[in-house]
Amino acid sequence: MTDAINETISPVDRLEPVEDVGGAAQPLLQVVGLTKHFPVRGGLFGARKTVRAVDDVSFSVAKGETVGIVGESGCGKSTTARLLMHLMKRDDGEIIYDGMTVGRALSLRELRRGMQMVFQDSYASLNPRLTIEQSIAFGPKVHGMADAAARALARELLGKVGLRPEVFANRYPHEVSGGQRQRVNIARALALSPRLVILDEAVSALDKSVEAQVLNLLADLKREFGLTYLFISHDLNVVRYISDRVLVMYLGEVVELGPVDLVWDAPAHPYTRALLAAMPSSDPDHRTETPPISGDPPNPIDPPPGCRFHTRCPFAEPLCANAAPKLTVLDTMGHQAACYMAIPGSGHSRAPAKGANAA
Amino acid sequence: MSAITDAALQAAPADKARGYWTTVGRRISRDKVSMACAVILALIFLSAVLAPWLGLADPYQGSMIHRLRHIATPGYPLGSDELGRDMLARLVYGGRLSLIIGILPVILGFLIGTSLGLIAGYAGGKVNTAIMRTVDVFYAFPSVLLAIAISGALGAGIVNSIVSLTIVFVPQITRVAESVTTGVRNMDFVEAARASGAGPFTIMRVHMLGNVLGPIFVYATGLISVSMILAAGLSFLGLGTKPPEPEWGLMLNTLRTAIYVNPWVAALPGVMIFAVSICFNLLSDGMRGAMDIRN
Repeated sequence: MTDAINETISPVDRLEPVEDVGGAAQPLLQVVGLTKHFPVRGGLFGARKTVRAVDDVSFSVAKGETVGIVGESGCGKSTTARLLMHLMKRDDGEIIYDGMTVGRALSLRELRRGMQMVFQDSYASLNPRLTIEQSIAFGPKVHGMADAAARALARELLGKVGLRPEVFANRYPHEVSGGQRQRVNIARALALSPRLVILDEAVSALDKSVEAQVLNLLADLKREFGLTYLFISHDLNVVRYISDRVLVMYLGEVVELGPVDLVWDAPAHPYTRALLAAMPSSDPDHRTETPPISGDPPNPIDPPPGCRFHTRCPFAEPLCANAAPKLTVLDTMGHQAACYMAIPGSGHSRAPAKGANAA
Repeated sequence: MSAITDAALQAAPADKARGYWTTVGRRISRDKVSMACAVILALIFLSAVLAPWLGLADPYQGSMIHRLRHIATPGYPLGSDELGRDMLARLVYGGRLSLIIGILPVILGFLIGTSLGLIAGYAGGKVNTAIMRTVDVFYAFPSVLLAIAISGALGAGIVNSIVSLTIVFVPQITRVAESVTTGVRNMDFVEAARASGAGPFTIMRVHMLGNVLGPIFVYATGLISVSMILAAGLSFLGLGTKPPEPEWGLMLNTLRTAIYVNPWVAALPGVMIFAVSICFNLLSDGMRGAMDIRN
């Protein structure tokens, strides 16, 4: 549908998007047991230790939806993004794009056409020596597009992200504002006709009014190109605005995931509750009086045994320190949480009775 | 209405594409100091190349009765040396060897050192360790000593001194290239280029080189003066140029004994070395400014 529209409106060449093989019911992205441990040296004679940056993370992204990933700094959000983009090697786990396992059925080169990323730092992510047009045209040229065609495509995309090509094409990154630069980065990501775009804190560095414009642009582009977004942010308001489903991460693990409204209205994990309670409210009647959570996240080099949140959790009971709760489905809407309080019959005093809430 | 404005904008000259190097060239041409240095260097180069056609005296023809004449003596515009040879002719002819021996090792060192540094910086890990630790071995010796040792081992001669000076410069340039490359490699735009599926060589050519060459280039031009002085040292020890061949470093050494008799003439080869070095340094400084288009 969108392809037909693009062909009639623009005479500009595009790279063919990676073909849709599985149909609408097939998730566009499935991540199974994604794991990344960084070795760190513990002093001169100390034992080698590992930082568990991403630990056994599994989720899936349906075609056309926007999935948000939220969590504190250092919880592994950005590492997850880089692992998905294959910018760093994963230690374990599988990434399945539209039913095709990356590395087997789908080559890395093809994956890169199907999945692109927008980085947080709009300035550092553009080569200062290249004009905006050259930066956008680089990707298509790598994939075999002729120079003239790639430049035409770059100009076309500049128009799509709301920048007049005749004004911006020959400018250098330092000659445009932060919001405009991030639009350029979005155009650059779209130049390979991806179906999935990872937005790693893509709007976090922008000021509020510009942020709103870029979010609206992202919504427009999603409609026009039939995109799927993986939206990583620490800004809960923005995540709620843009996401269909949300993934809450804590210390490299997924602690809760589900439809954004469900998670926001009935958070099942105490960490999610604490995150939501920490959101500043403009309503004086909803002032945050007591800190919802205290202390820093524990050192990811030595994550606490059992549930990783039990050291900060107000409801922690002995069983929480013994074994880590599994991510468990709570209802038919796909709401999942990894907390004994939400798992029926888990043995936690606040847990629902077995079978009471089961799907 | 909007169609008209669009058409007008399409035709606007703001659309003309300008390459990076065109921009750099235009910026440096506005820099008076750089341009003055470029002119001086061009004159010295041209005079060295065109020396036989400039109607100069024979630089090898000495005269025992016309030794150590002062500057502006009739027949000797820049005086004569300790063997009565015309200084002007010897300075112009000397430029041929001095410029070759000053610049060629730096160019060779720049090519080899930049390649090694780029590979070490981009590959990282074990490749980096292998290259950089090998380079560190050469750092254990002072550069003069290293040049003398290599020249001594290879034997006297201009080609051998160029080889030995190249070996002296490669580790220094490699180290600068490696540190600059490591800095650029971790920038997000390199990650973004990798995410677009580009191979390491494309990334190096398109995204790394332009951001890395500037600082290395500036550092390398600074080495030209060092190269000329080291070459002079080699000549002095009989490992480089041999008399009566005119070469600024050698001339400085042989005229050293005449410093109390005729200091101005004795200083002339030094003045040439100084002029060439300072011009290269200022020009490279100007280049660095012009290549940094953020300003």
